[in-house]
Amino acid sequence: MPAESHAAAAIHAHQFEDAEQQRDAVTLGMWAFLLTEVLFFGGLFTAYTIYRWSFPAAFALSSHHLDVLLGGVNTVILIGSSLTMALAVHAAQVGGRGVVGYLLLTMLLGSAFLGIKAVEYDHKFAERLIPGASFLMRDESRPAHLDPAGDAVVAAGIASADPGVEADLQHHAQIFFSLYFAMTGMHALHMVVGLGLLAWLVLAARRGRFSPAYSTPVEIVGLYWHFVDIVWIFLFPLLYLIDRHA
Amino acid sequence: MSDRTPATHYLNVSYGIRSWLFTRDHKRIALLYLASVTLMFLVGGSFAAMVRLELLTPAGDLFQADTYNKIFTLHGIVMVFFFLIPGIPAVLGNFLVPMMIGAKDLAFPRLNLLSWYLFNLGALFTLFNIVIGGVDTGWTFYTPYSTTWTTTNIVPVALGIFVTGFSSILTGLNFIVTIHKMRAPGLTWFRLPLFIWAHYATSVIIMLGTPVLAITIVLLALERVFHLGFFDPALGGDPVLFQHFFWFYSHPAVYIMILPAMGVISEIVTCFSRKRIYGYPFVAASSLAIALLGFLVWGHHMFVSSQSVFAGLVFSVLSFLVAIPSAVKVFNWTATLYKGSISFETPMLYVFGFLGLFTIGGLTGLMLACLGIDVHVHDTYFIVAHFHYIMVGGTVMGYLGGLHFWWPKISGRLYPEGWGRLSALIIFVGFNLTFFPQFILGYLGMPRRYHAYPEEFQVLNVMSTAGASILGVGYLIPLVYLVWCMRDGKVASSNPFGATGLEWQTPAPPPTENFPSPPRVTEEAYAYDKIPIPGGGAYAG
Repeated sequence: MPAESHAAAAIHAHQFEDAEQQRDAVTLGMWAFLLTEVLFFGGLFTAYTIYRWSFPAAFALSSHHLDVLLGGVNTVILIGSSLTMALAVHAAQVGGRGVVGYLLLTMLLGSAFLGIKAVEYDHKFAERLIPGASFLMRDESRPAHLDPAGDAVVAAGIASADPGVEADLQHHAQIFFSLYFAMTGMHALHMVVGLGLLAWLVLAARRGRFSPAYSTPVEIVGLYWHFVDIVWIFLFPLLYLIDRHA
Repeated sequence: MSDRTPATHYLNVSYGIRSWLFTRDHKRIALLYLASVTLMFLVGGSFAAMVRLELLTPAGDLFQADTYNKIFTLHGIVMVFFFLIPGIPAVLGNFLVPMMIGAKDLAFPRLNLLSWYLFNLGALFTLFNIVIGGVDTGWTFYTPYSTTWTTTNIVPVALGIFVTGFSSILTGLNFIVTIHKMRAPGLTWFRLPLFIWAHYATSVIIMLGTPVLAITIVLLALERVFHLGFFDPALGGDPVLFQHFFWFYSHPAVYIMILPAMGVISEIVTCFSRKRIYGYPFVAASSLAIALLGFLVWGHHMFVSSQSVFAGLVFSVLSFLVAIPSAVKVFNWTATLYKGSISFETPMLYVFGFLGLFTIGGLTGLMLACLGIDVHVHDTYFIVAHFHYIMVGGTVMGYLGGLHFWWPKISGRLYPEGWGRLSALIIFVGFNLTFFPQFILGYLGMPRRYHAYPEEFQVLNVMSTAGASILGVGYLIPLVYLVWCMRDGKVASSNPFGATGLEWQTPAPPPTENFPSPPRVTEEAYAYDKIPIPGGGAYAG
């Protein structure tokens, strides 16, 4: 790992023959780690796929309870942070002076993402969309007399007087929101770890650790950051944009 | 190459507890792992002893049913996650992978040390949980019992396994990067010892499988603690999805256990036959084939769940396919023996044990891959016997064989050959007496995981318990003499068995940097036709 190296010059840890071998090994190590991350999130995406296939109506209805505006803003913010991260990597590779600035900007954007995410979570609490005993997905788009709190019910826009259908809908919506919190929560956790890594890079960069000859830590943290962004690029349409085409 | 113990080597280069707890030397970390893994083996073994004691009599008279549930659960969890999976890679692999490829250390020594700490953290979590009340779901944690109904400590144990999974991932990642990037000049892929191929394939499985177990545990914990719904049938969730996730890791995990043992066998069988391995590329490629196919067969654990019959058929066929690379290995080892100058030192005795027991375990595996037979013997002692033939008869035989084979290199001392052969024999006899009766018990219909059974099963159960006692003695003997000979054994030369391989071309014990000067490889592995037999073939221990 990058911590093995202690100087900005092309000094390498004792187990490596030269700096190039170290750079190759560290980069391969990060790619291999990202492979494990793909499999980790893969479990979540598999569960999502299976349940969306099983309960399309509930997933579509639940998706309308997510805030597309906030989610969209967050998507833009995160893509922007990927840009600043790429600029930081470039600056480190050419020995430019902007490394610290770009890293700080990336951290700022990442923090903004988490802040907006927290606001969204808060709204979900207020709307009783936390899975559990008090979960209740209301649907304002439905006429009041068809609200599940009332007597009659609808499922996915199809009027139904069957309370069993509504109960199923509520249950399946809980599965959607369980997946929503697990997937975005795991993503957020990875963002927090990424922010920690960025903070460490900022400290190292300020001490002049990086140079065109030694910029591997910035590069591999960059890989990690881009990976976390890409996860969100999949999460956003899968969670927020179901059945929005109409 | 020197035949004397060097003045400084990795064991005496520094002293004190700190020099071990903060070491980054892969050889020292291997020994740290050896201590941890052995401890967990003893813990898991004592649970096994309790199981066998309870089953001595038909009545459930030693433990109550609930206690018994916890005991077999903890036996499974400790043995699988804390002994069999880390055993060979973290101990022998850690010690040998850099030496076999001519590197000074693994690519990431700090991660290697971190991996040992994570392992211990996970193990402590689990042991702590044992003290405060245990867990009774079986090592498989099937939902919804584990998420909704049981009152035992699912989450601490699951956390322990989660953390230990990371130690596994770090080891696998380290091996993959090291094998790719740090081979000595001249050491091309097809010159690598087969031990390295086996560990490479193992690492691939670890990297692809363990993260799935990690997310499965996360989902399990979220469901149990925060009542999120993923597998809960009350919400329309599918408990069988948990089984799919669990076995997507836990079936390949069997290959995490057996592949490194196969690597050990390839090294030993060539050395004590004084021959090149028969069909090197096939043995090497079969490791990768097992790693790949191993990911496609998990459904054979679920033939009697709600999985569709069609899925069952597909998984059945795919499971049969795993037999092909496994058989390639067994046949090639056997062909290596043909016309070899075979000698019967302790490591070789374990190889013969492995060959016979793994074959029995593998062939009964084929029986179980047949849908009809599996439905008949599902959840009986037939299954228990089958996987113990693979895990204990295969993995533990390979592990012990490897420990003996490389012990002179690890410790710089010779183990006592007479005791070695005796204990190998005791283990072989004890093992078969323990587990062969279980095939019969299972076929007759004795289900697993019950503390009481009908009286007609008693004779076979008594045989099994008697065998377990013999097996226990067999395991304790090497534990005693391997520790004893570290200090008091005869000093070993750098290559007492006259083996090929870079690890034998450096002093015993090796220096911290492994090689006094960087090695260079000029030929293929196992050039035994070019090396004379040491001391006329007899290894005087």
